[in-house]
Amino acid sequence: MRTVIGSAALALAFAPALAQQSPYAEYQRMARESAPVELFELAGEEAWKKKQGPKNVSLEQCDLGQGPGVLKGAYASLPRYFKDTDRVMDLETRLLHCMMTLQGRSREEATKRVFGNADNASEMEVLSAYIAGHSHGMPMRPGTSHAKEKAAYQLGQKLFFHRAGSWDFSCASCHGEEDKRIRMSGLPVLYKPQVARPLIATWPAYRVSNSQFKTMQWRMNDCYRQMRMPEPMFGSEAMVSLVHFLTVTAQGEPYRGPAIKR
Amino acid sequence: MRRLLLLPAVVAVAACTTAPSVSEHPKPSPRELEEVTAVLKRDFRARGQATMDRVELDEVQRLCNLHADNPPAELARPIEETQLKAIPFPAGSMMGDWKNGEKIAQSGRGAMWSDKPGVQEGGSCYNCHQISPKETAFGTIGPSLAGYGKTRGNRPEIQRYVYGKIYNSKAYNACSQMPRLGHSKTLNEQQIKDLVALLLDPASPVNQ
Ligand code: HEC
Ligand code: HEC
Repeated sequence: MRTVIGSAALALAFAPALAQQSPYAEYQRMARESAPVELFELAGEEAWKKKQGPKNVSLEQCDLGQGPGVLKGAYASLPRYFKDTDRVMDLETRLLHCMMTLQGRSREEATKRVFGNADNASEMEVLSAYIAGHSHGMPMRPGTSHAKEKAAYQLGQKLFFHRAGSWDFSCASCHGEEDKRIRMSGLPVLYKPQVARPLIATWPAYRVSNSQFKTMQWRMNDCYRQMRMPEPMFGSEAMVSLVHFLTVTAQGEPYRGPAIKR
Repeated sequence: MRRLLLLPAVVAVAACTTAPSVSEHPKPSPRELEEVTAVLKRDFRARGQATMDRVELDEVQRLCNLHADNPPAELARPIEETQLKAIPFPAGSMMGDWKNGEKIAQSGRGAMWSDKPGVQEGGSCYNCHQISPKETAFGTIGPSLAGYGKTRGNRPEIQRYVYGKIYNSKAYNACSQMPRLGHSKTLNEQQIKDLVALLLDPASPVNQ
């Protein structure tokens, strides 16, 4: 797995220089030619089928909402309410649940390294790549009918606008007004459907700027870091609700990931 | 690049009449605000210098959250006054070293869990403002500060306003999106003086 990802990084070693000359077309070309995302998907398939944990079983029977082991369209239907846990879960939270229940792993062990780095992607990242890939082209349809799904949306929306922390930021401080940027990065107004749709429908994604494959929970984590807040806990209700709010705002958009990003 | 990405989506939305109506900026009730804080207490944890007391709201944050960043003047004014009274203005000149001010303005570090406290603290000023004409990679959340002292001079009252604005932006505009860089203990007195010089010193590139 490490060597597979290593070669992906190598193939893209020239990417940041190109990125500075900007053109989006360059990314598209690179995406086609070096297809690093496929390498993460490949590593993810390996991780999905790997027997591990105290029970020494793979994740292949994990139910992501479409039935045990069904991958097609699973990502595009998340986050959604799961009866067995009586809560709304996004892909990463559900995977963690399967690691704990199917494989018998502890939360501590399974979340020790959810966010990887350029040398070595995490198990969660490659699994996300593999599973999300099975929803390519399918419209994003997160659950919106169950009472807990409605509550998650509402909590996510409140969190989006909630100002707190030592720098008084909310998500809307940086994602609330059109045509604003931080340094040179454009700041998408993520509570507007027309803005959220094309962006949210590309995660998880390979980020050329730091040569890493990243998930939505990582994106939330890193924006809270910039907000000068304490650290959100992986898979917590707050994080799932925020992801749910963003995904419902983007609903209907055909899933175009796992994508390549700036 | 953003434009390019948006184009197909705009078309898609126009063709789709079932898009959910997302209410713009909801106003939480005081009770809902408490519930959100309780969620943050449960679902966040201290890391490095980003300790859990940061999720507690002060009077400024409470006001802005309750009024969707747009409070009535009669509620905002008394809060701006208390914030202003709490600024420890230094005596004498507030003009420090603009060269050091430029470094502080450039640095986007400071107060994050990934930063070591007291090491290379920055003001993130260029993240939000155009300042020196030499820096072209500037953000636009705040207004341009190019030529700031050229048009305003550097009289003591101007120094005092700029010092105060950087120390506590909310003393002048309760729900400003600008962080309170002195009040939050991100920047110290000398660093803020250096930033005042960056904006007001006639020798600073900002005023060339
Ligand atoms: C201090 C500024 C700041 C705050 C506050 C902030 N973000 Fe961000 N966010 C950014 C920047 C800058 C980027 C773009 C990074 C890039 O270009 O790669 C970004 C990117 C994103 C993206 C990815 C958009 C895409 O291109 O697909 C999402 C999603 C996001 N933020 C959500 C949030 C949420 C949710 C919050 C609040 C919990 C938040 N952000 C708070 C600065 C911020
Ligand atoms: C996250 C965004 C942000 C950051 C970071 C930021 N500002 Fe601001 N700033 C603003 C906004 C928005 C305004 C306008 C609204 C207001 O007056 O509060 C503003 C206003 C100002 C003004 C008042 C302009 C006038 O003529 O009244 C000054 C001076 C200023 N900023 C200086 C700074 C300096 C110096 C720094 C860095 C130490 C800084 N700002 C960091 C967003 C920011």
